[in-house]
Amino acid sequence: MNIPSELKYSNDHEWVKVLPDGTVEIGLTDYAQDALGDVVFVNLPEEGDALSAGDVLGDVESVKAVSDVLCPVGGTVSEVNEAILDSPESINKAPYEAWFIRLKDAEGVDDLMDAAAYEEFLGTL
Amino acid sequence: MGSYVANTEKQQKEMLEALGLSTLDELFSEIPGEVKIKGGLNLPEGLSEMETIGRLQEMADKNKVFRTMLRGAGAYRHYIPSIVKSIPAKEEFLTAYTPYQAEISQGILQSIFEYQTMLCELTGMDVSNACVYDGATAAAEAAAMCRDRKRSVVYLSATSHPQVIEVVKTYCFGNGMEVKIVPEKDGHTDRDALAEMLSAQAACFYVQQPNFYGQIEDCSALSELIHGSGAKFIMGINPIAAAILPTPAECGADIAVGEGQPLGMPLGFGGPYMGFMTASSSMGRKLPGRIVGETTDVDGKRGYVLTLQAREQHIRREKASSNICSNEALCALTASVYLAAMGADGLKDAAVQCSSKAHYLAEQLSVAGLRCKYDGEFFHEFVTTGEKKAADILAALEKEGILGGLPLSEHEILWCATELNTKKELDRTAEIVKEVRS
Amino acid sequence: MELIFEKGAQGRKLSLLPKCDVPEKKPGCERQKALRLPQLSENEVSRHYTALSKRAHGVNDGFYPLGSCTMKYNPKVNDEAAGLKGFTDIHPLQPEHTVQGALELLNLAEKSFCEITGMDAMSFEPAAGAHGEFAGLLLIKAYHKKRGDEKRTKIIVPDSAHGTNPASATMAGYEVVSIASREDGCVDLEALKAAVGEDTAGLMLTNPNTVGLFDKNILEITKIVHEAGGLCYYDGANLNAVMGVVRPGDMGFDVIHLNLHKTFSTPHGGGGPGSGPVGCKNILAEFLPGEQTSQDGEENYHLFRPENSIGRLRMFHGNFLVVVRALSYVLTLGREGVPEAAKNAVLNANYLKHLLKDDYHMAFDGLCMHEFVMSLEDLKNELDVSALDIAKALLDYGIHPPTMYFPLIVHEALMIEPTETEPKETLEEAARVFKQILKDAKANPQMLHEAPTTTPVRRLDEVTAARKPVLRYAFAEATEE
Repeated sequence: MNIPSELKYSNDHEWVKVLPDGTVEIGLTDYAQDALGDVVFVNLPEEGDALSAGDVLGDVESVKAVSDVLCPVGGTVSEVNEAILDSPESINKAPYEAWFIRLKDAEGVDDLMDAAAYEEFLGTL
Repeated sequence: MGSYVANTEKQQKEMLEALGLSTLDELFSEIPGEVKIKGGLNLPEGLSEMETIGRLQEMADKNKVFRTMLRGAGAYRHYIPSIVKSIPAKEEFLTAYTPYQAEISQGILQSIFEYQTMLCELTGMDVSNACVYDGATAAAEAAAMCRDRKRSVVYLSATSHPQVIEVVKTYCFGNGMEVKIVPEKDGHTDRDALAEMLSAQAACFYVQQPNFYGQIEDCSALSELIHGSGAKFIMGINPIAAAILPTPAECGADIAVGEGQPLGMPLGFGGPYMGFMTASSSMGRKLPGRIVGETTDVDGKRGYVLTLQAREQHIRREKASSNICSNEALCALTASVYLAAMGADGLKDAAVQCSSKAHYLAEQLSVAGLRCKYDGEFFHEFVTTGEKKAADILAALEKEGILGGLPLSEHEILWCATELNTKKELDRTAEIVKEVRS
Repeated sequence: MELIFEKGAQGRKLSLLPKCDVPEKKPGCERQKALRLPQLSENEVSRHYTALSKRAHGVNDGFYPLGSCTMKYNPKVNDEAAGLKGFTDIHPLQPEHTVQGALELLNLAEKSFCEITGMDAMSFEPAAGAHGEFAGLLLIKAYHKKRGDEKRTKIIVPDSAHGTNPASATMAGYEVVSIASREDGCVDLEALKAAVGEDTAGLMLTNPNTVGLFDKNILEITKIVHEAGGLCYYDGANLNAVMGVVRPGDMGFDVIHLNLHKTFSTPHGGGGPGSGPVGCKNILAEFLPGEQTSQDGEENYHLFRPENSIGRLRMFHGNFLVVVRALSYVLTLGREGVPEAAKNAVLNANYLKHLLKDDYHMAFDGLCMHEFVMSLEDLKNELDVSALDIAKALLDYGIHPPTMYFPLIVHEALMIEPTETEPKETLEEAARVFKQILKDAKANPQMLHEAPTTTPVRRLDEVTAARKPVLRYAFAEATEE
């Protein structure tokens, strides 16, 4: 299981990456993509949407299931990754590159787990 | 009593014994006695097959089958090719459930894929679903597809079929969308009124082409107006007329729906019919119901599956945008066979004949003392008015085995002619109308 | 196999219509896009669809124990009745006096199905089960609204319910409160008591439930909901188990839908048409959709709109020809035949369950109703052979697989519903096949992952189908005019 050390993690299996300009990128972890199986489609929010930590930011569809993706931090959507709409398989192939959304004015990043804590958390599941 | 139970009494006894039981009633021991039916159902004794068909024949005989029919208003009698009657009766199609097991359901799945293709051809749209219940529910589902967080008002033209308007209103009573009716002017949607009514909450506008009065709407102009407000444009089309009229795609529609009954389905007192739904590619994922897609099997062979299923109720449950599961698959098959049998030339011929006969009937009726209420172009339906009473006209026609048009008011009648109506019938109709006193 | 668009030749056609006998006249505006439809002879059309029919599987092709779908035999006399000219060739907007037989039929069907379900009134407008659910929920909504009780915004649905239940509730504008079922799929009374309140509009329930057990607390359940001011909705999907034995109306339900294409033997047509009449007690009758039939003192039938109707749910009178078939079935069965069918459906299910119980793990012991659920979880853990693998292996034996992965509360579920129209021999043969497959799985699990091998196509790539949807045939550009 790949858990990059520079990222932050939620216990709903989202990763958060803080970009140099302060915006954050959010995606699904390797563990999540493995549990979901082949992702076939993604529903994303719209630019400008204000999200609180714990809100549903969108969902991912596999052939026979759909799962909500929760927003691990609060903020305003500054960008959505249209590329994953065209190639949802990238979520399975490269989960840490296939970001879903970018948020500005993100709040609560410090409350998330670091890689070590997340790894430990996975061990308890 | 008639019965389709396969097991003999002896077999039933053997099976009960295997289960350690002695009577069938013991199988229901979990059901509290106080709720069980006492003294049996209050139904008549069961009938033999011969008696059953006899009883139903009696009822069928109490209905009048008109030799000549000049009534449409949402249900149309067209010529149904013989092959269109025989193929959907094949038991493999007739008695199958939804094609959940793709490996043994390729015949049904491929027929739906072909249906989707034909409907895209007919409408010019990019994506089609496998059909819904009827044209009115297709309109209601289309309206629901256009809803988003900021837009929840549905605009319907008053020139739509009154029952379509009712169905959309009922669906919206459920989902909470607001319905606004755009008034008509001279038998057409009043564009000025529409322009004034449109708001930032407008989700969509629905217009029927040809409209309820048979008139051709200027859909391109309507489309421009609607899109200017950021709302979606839904067209409800007649599939026969679609062979010759500008396609919904050419008119700028985002969604094109309609009643599929004219494509080879009998009148059947209103059903089963089918609603077709097609959309532009950007709206495709919002289509409700089944959709079939092409893929390959493990050996690389081409095959078909139900796809994009995560939109649907059995997966998305309370988050699904529609609850539809059963649709009208056999009717969609009927429509496909009809379109395959007619071909493009045949369908266009049927459309031109419908239009020609309706125009001929309108002319003859004007000689007989009625006049067209509206001046605009029409397809195969038109409204007449005049001094003569609709009830008198229709009664006189009925005596001669002719079902005249649908009375809209004391003096107004909505007529319809199709390729089935011969010149002789139309002439005779005009003669009878002429004799009716005003 | 070729698609219909890959057959035929330019200019080939059927001769169907005579020459137009009046002057040609058509609207001025014309479509620009060429209309590309098949160009075939009648022989080719016939052969194409015959070839497709050979790649389909209906009840008439073999055993079809698809749980919760009640795939019983579809009697031919019903089809014959529905094909009578007096039914097929009448316009839905004909004057009442010219369709007395059709109105009589609808009236008799209403009386018959009300008697079977314990309801007071019924509308045949809904075109399928889900449509009937939607209708029923709107009746509940209209009822509360008329009473000014608009704070009732929630519908309670057990987590064992069919997916349509919560989807229908959402369509009707309700918030869904999902309550956990007990392990046996029955309603947890304490959970129900905790969930009801003054915001409860109603409860949706299937009984027998989706694991094939009759919830014996049913009177207590409906009482709890009624006492909280809610109404009780009965999903008729499983009525085949109990028709003629017990009636939803007597269990405390206020509104129901039927699936005429399940319980009442009308063919499902590869996905429809169905018919999902909505029935209700008197308190809801004034809200019924569409038109109802009545009979006057001179025995003439009339159509009328219920006083506070929720409106129309579909045009005209619903799937009328499906109702003809269902009534034909009820006329044939009559007062004894209806419960006899239910009892034998339950007998067949229990017998097949009995034959399989030593080899397959049953999700619930004891007697079942018309269907039962097996769990393949152990097999999946031990041999990596899943419910899906067993289902696919059945295809090679000409048996339609049971419903897979439902209900959601049982892992690796296979749900089997044999129906009453199958003889003991078929059940025994099916049991033999199920056992053989299990033997094969134990001997060589890989063999099951490969199944099926004898079908027209083998397992299909559903992932690519969903990721890169191809939803229509792409004509070669050369054919573009």
